[in-house]
Amino acid sequence: MQWAGFAYLIAAVCFIMALRGLSHPETARNGNRFGMVGMAIAVITTILMPNVVSYEWILIGIVIGGGIGAVIAKKIEMTALPQLVAAFHSLVGLAAVFVAAAAFYNPGAYNIGVAGDIAAASLAEMSLGTAIGAITFTGSIVAFGKLQGIFGSKPLVFSGQHMLNAGLGILLALLIVWFCVDQAPWLFWAIVLLSFAIGFLLILPIGGADMPVVVSMLNSYSGWAACGIGFTLANTALIITGALVGASGAILSYIMCKGMNRSIFNVILGGFGGESASSAGAGGDDDRPVKSGGPEDAAFMMKQAESVIIVPGYGMAVAQAQHALREMAELLKANGATVRYAIHPVAGRMPGHMNVLLAEANVDYDDVMELEEINRDFAKTDVVFVIGANDVTNPAAKTDKASPIYGMPILNVEDAEQVLFVKRSMSPGYAGVQNELFFRDNTTMLFGDAKKMCEDIVKALGG
Amino acid sequence: MDKQQLLEQAQSLREQAQALAERAGELAAQAAHMGTPAAEAAAVTGGTPFVVLFTAFVLACFVGYYVVWSVTPALHSPLMGVTNAISSVIIVGALIAAGPAGGDISKVFGFLAIVLASVNIFGGFLVTNRMLAMFKKKQK
Repeated sequence: MQWAGFAYLIAAVCFIMALRGLSHPETARNGNRFGMVGMAIAVITTILMPNVVSYEWILIGIVIGGGIGAVIAKKIEMTALPQLVAAFHSLVGLAAVFVAAAAFYNPGAYNIGVAGDIAAASLAEMSLGTAIGAITFTGSIVAFGKLQGIFGSKPLVFSGQHMLNAGLGILLALLIVWFCVDQAPWLFWAIVLLSFAIGFLLILPIGGADMPVVVSMLNSYSGWAACGIGFTLANTALIITGALVGASGAILSYIMCKGMNRSIFNVILGGFGGESASSAGAGGDDDRPVKSGGPEDAAFMMKQAESVIIVPGYGMAVAQAQHALREMAELLKANGATVRYAIHPVAGRMPGHMNVLLAEANVDYDDVMELEEINRDFAKTDVVFVIGANDVTNPAAKTDKASPIYGMPILNVEDAEQVLFVKRSMSPGYAGVQNELFFRDNTTMLFGDAKKMCEDIVKALGG
Repeated sequence: MDKQQLLEQAQSLREQAQALAERAGELAAQAAHMGTPAAEAAAVTGGTPFVVLFTAFVLACFVGYYVVWSVTPALHSPLMGVTNAISSVIIVGALIAAGPAGGDISKVFGFLAIVLASVNIFGGFLVTNRMLAMFKKKQK
């Protein structure tokens, strides 16, 4: 049976190559194929094992699941990508729970003992994998609900919730220890149910725009759950793959948190956003005058411009404005201007979301820059067109110590000659603070729906 | 020999038989018990003691760290898609659970896990492919 171990190793290497391919768009598609090959190797190796004989059931399961997955993948709108990823994570979490349950009720199949007499070490690994998987399951469902707009996007805080979560966490740890000593079925299911509750309660209080961190974190958890199950089954493919996924999610969470200048604890435990900010910027300052204009003014300004930077945000995704935006950019380019896009790391509801939406709209990926690459160029830019982004452009993050977004790295939009800001109204963004940018002399507000505004500007540009 | 003695002999033989049966039962239990460490040993030292598994885990964490940091930020969404798809390699555990002939609760769990993991495998790789196809170099 040694060849199975080697086959799993090859599968794991294929997965590593799949991730490696994502270092550049040119190599990425090949990388994805490596991933598919690796998965096929792992599955076929397992099916060929001597004690795996129920081919009919296996085939039925794969066909049902595969069919559902394929249809969803084909039909989903790219703007709904964050929800889809959240939903998929929940499936992995639940699958981990089921595999752990299968191992608990029939450990002989995995060579870890007889029912009722499993080694404590295996029980520890099993319960960890189960708990993390269950938390991932319900947490991802809540994340899906928040992203889809089913649950309110506002953070749901209630007093005593930190005590409650801490208490539940301790209870879970105790149950796991007890389970390792006395492997009763009721303990197993108690751990599962408690973890379901914890996952739900952990994610429910987090606000909708913090979802990039949450989704990355749940991505990480699904990896660690697979790892735990991998240790239980002594399967290197699961352990290695679980570690890769766990590390990936953790790194993405870190990048997202740095992009907001908030610690992961602050995000998970805080009810950020939606609270009325106590700092300057809320309340009275809403009466300050702002310069506002229409699509013709915007078109006029941009026709004169030699350099234009577009700053897209979640609002663009909601309005489905990416195609109209690209049309506008094409016209400006035809006019002789350099047009680039500046993406803040936490723009959108998922890491890299803006890039995907722009790619869908046929924007050349060489025109799309990250914050570090483009931040110095704002000072040399004639016109900045902000569409659907808000907090990531607010200069108060650099100057106002009392602001909830103080310290967050932002795009230096205010350094440009002229700023055009597309927004539906003057209401504050996610952080609940007013954007200082609106009240500056070189800023012109364009009030209206993002998609319509772009289409009108296209018309005004003569397109 | 009279009836009384025969009865007594039968009685003592019965008791002996009972004692032997109990003893046999104990030995069987012991054997089963001894089977477990052997099975454990097979799982644990069939080439894979815990230390080796843990080594693989730690090394994989390091590999993951360096490989994921090299992913360009523009492709972070496909990264999520791929990692989600490959985490469905948990289907391996599900296949083993659903594999044996006959039917028990473990097999049902395995079957359900196969369905869930398959949704992820096909859905995950296909949606990632869709995303990556959009990053093709534009024809000017």
